[in-house]
Amino acid sequence: MSDNEKTPPDQLPDTPEKPAGAAPDAAPAGGDAPKSAPTDEEKAAKIAAAKAKAAAAKAAKEAAPEEPKQPWETKPVTPEHEDASADPDVAALAAAVDGSVLAADRFAGDVTVTVPADKIVDICRALKTGRGFKFLVDLTAIDWREREQGRFDVVYWMHRFDDSKRIRLLAALPAERSMASVTGVWRTANWLEREVYDMFGIHFEGHPALERILTWEGFNGHPLRKDFPVEGIDTGAAIYPDVYPPGGGPLRPEELEQPEPKADGKGES
Amino acid sequence: MTDQRLPSLFDVEEMELSFGPQHPATHGVLRVQLKLDGEKIVDAKPIIGYLHRGTEKLFETMPFPQCIPHTDRMDYVAAATNNQGFCVAMEKLLGITIPPRAAYIRMMLAELQRLASHLVWLATHAIDIGAITPFFYTFRERDAILDLFEEYCGARLTLNTMKIGGVPFELPAGWTERCSALVDGFPAHIDEYEELLTNNRIWKKRTIGIGVVSPEDAIDWGLTGPPLRGSGVRWDIRKVFPYDRYDEIDFEIPIGKNGDTYDRYLVRMVEMRQSVRILRQCLDRLPAGPVIAKIPKVLRARDGMVYGSVEAPKGELGYFIVTTDKATEPYRCRVRPPSFVNLQLLPDMVRGHLVADLVAVIGTLDIVLGEIDR
Repeated sequence: MSDNEKTPPDQLPDTPEKPAGAAPDAAPAGGDAPKSAPTDEEKAAKIAAAKAKAAAAKAAKEAAPEEPKQPWETKPVTPEHEDASADPDVAALAAAVDGSVLAADRFAGDVTVTVPADKIVDICRALKTGRGFKFLVDLTAIDWREREQGRFDVVYWMHRFDDSKRIRLLAALPAERSMASVTGVWRTANWLEREVYDMFGIHFEGHPALERILTWEGFNGHPLRKDFPVEGIDTGAAIYPDVYPPGGGPLRPEELEQPEPKADGKGES
Repeated sequence: MTDQRLPSLFDVEEMELSFGPQHPATHGVLRVQLKLDGEKIVDAKPIIGYLHRGTEKLFETMPFPQCIPHTDRMDYVAAATNNQGFCVAMEKLLGITIPPRAAYIRMMLAELQRLASHLVWLATHAIDIGAITPFFYTFRERDAILDLFEEYCGARLTLNTMKIGGVPFELPAGWTERCSALVDGFPAHIDEYEELLTNNRIWKKRTIGIGVVSPEDAIDWGLTGPPLRGSGVRWDIRKVFPYDRYDEIDFEIPIGKNGDTYDRYLVRMVEMRQSVRILRQCLDRLPAGPVIAKIPKVLRARDGMVYGSVEAPKGELGYFIVTTDKATEPYRCRVRPPSFVNLQLLPDMVRGHLVADLVAVIGTLDIVLGEIDR
């Protein structure tokens, strides 16, 4: 209120207009304004208009809540993690293979079962023959670089036609980075496992032909690992055979004999 | 009676032949290492990766909304469904419900894209087998569809036409009328193509009994989309896990009987008619309202992993997104490309056939190398 009196007259029209936007502030400011400039009729009219506007906005706001807001008009609600061990397929899997279910989680409708990597073929076969998961939708891996108990998760995502149910297996890989291939269970796994091998360097034992698929044979590195640089590596083996050995990829720092470049150049110039 | 002096006139040695990567019938940079006995294929080994750009790696470095333009570049003849797949997965992760108008616009764009993609398939498939005429017909209609895309979002091929939470723009004035005119005239065009091919004796000879896949094999090999339906498995993500508003739309899933190239051709032709039907319903029922949901400016996910998929023209296109807590970018984003999985079956489909049939089988699988190699 004291601020209002100190403001120079030419800036006054601004003050009543501001509250028009924000309804709650409108009433006190509008009520006060006439005192500071009682003679100016124009101003008074403006203030009255602002007041009416604010009142209308308030009324509209009060009227609105009657109809519930649609889900797309409100802030999205992030799904929660739930325990899914009661899921019939998870329970059946736990009964079929001893110690197969380490954890079961439901998130956004997807059931994820954490399973031991060394029993993966038994588990997959139990799910395929016992529970009808005939269709392997996807097989991939995740690199948790900093995780202590094994760095990679291999992910299996399968489908059952009878009731359109899907289930995900998460197999944490032990340190040696190799696990059994499931190509004997679903033939789809063939190329999918090859891709995981190419991109993450995980070996699948029992795979009919575990070769690189997207990069070339002899490529040095596994691109989707977190420690592989996003900008890629120089594979110019043909141009710089001393730095980039045949087969592609640079030598590791400890393999490079001398990091010659900068020290010499600086000294000369 | 055999003449001992001419023992090896017809004993042909096995020959290795590299088919592609620069062969026009390989639809991009696919190379098939063939083992031939004369003209007969003894074994085939697809070699891929020439177009590998590390899209999945790139996804890990950019905020969620910025990933969408990169999805365009995977299946570049069906960019809209690629966008849709990513958005559907992200909305599942963030718990977003999109407004009905946005869902209907999305469905229209996706079905137009399906038509455009199937037209490219038909054109190239027919031209590979030797029928040049359909190419001119289909590309005429495809251009009309691309005009609609251009009017809507400014691009014809790499559309970037969907946003997490809806679509970026309101439909321009007059767009629905022009789309409506196209949709009304489309069945007649499909009749035109069918007149050229369906009962054509040469077409039938080249496609019936070629590349037969049994339903059991199709499931075991993870086929999706028209190759799976051509083998007689009635399965479509739009029906099984309806996304957007496909559950409100009335349409049918065509299936084949014999699982050969001809059946897959018929399935796709009926699919085009069904797409027209979906478009008609979308245009008639297009609801009013906003085109994008109220979502925060900066999208932050919680720790979790989701898989969201859509029925792309080539099959099930899925995005498997893993996030850490409060992340603004995917920790890992795996794309489940339908063409990649479908191509796996190629050696089994062509073994024992002739080289000319290999071309037909590559055409019938409807692969896009941008998606296979990512």
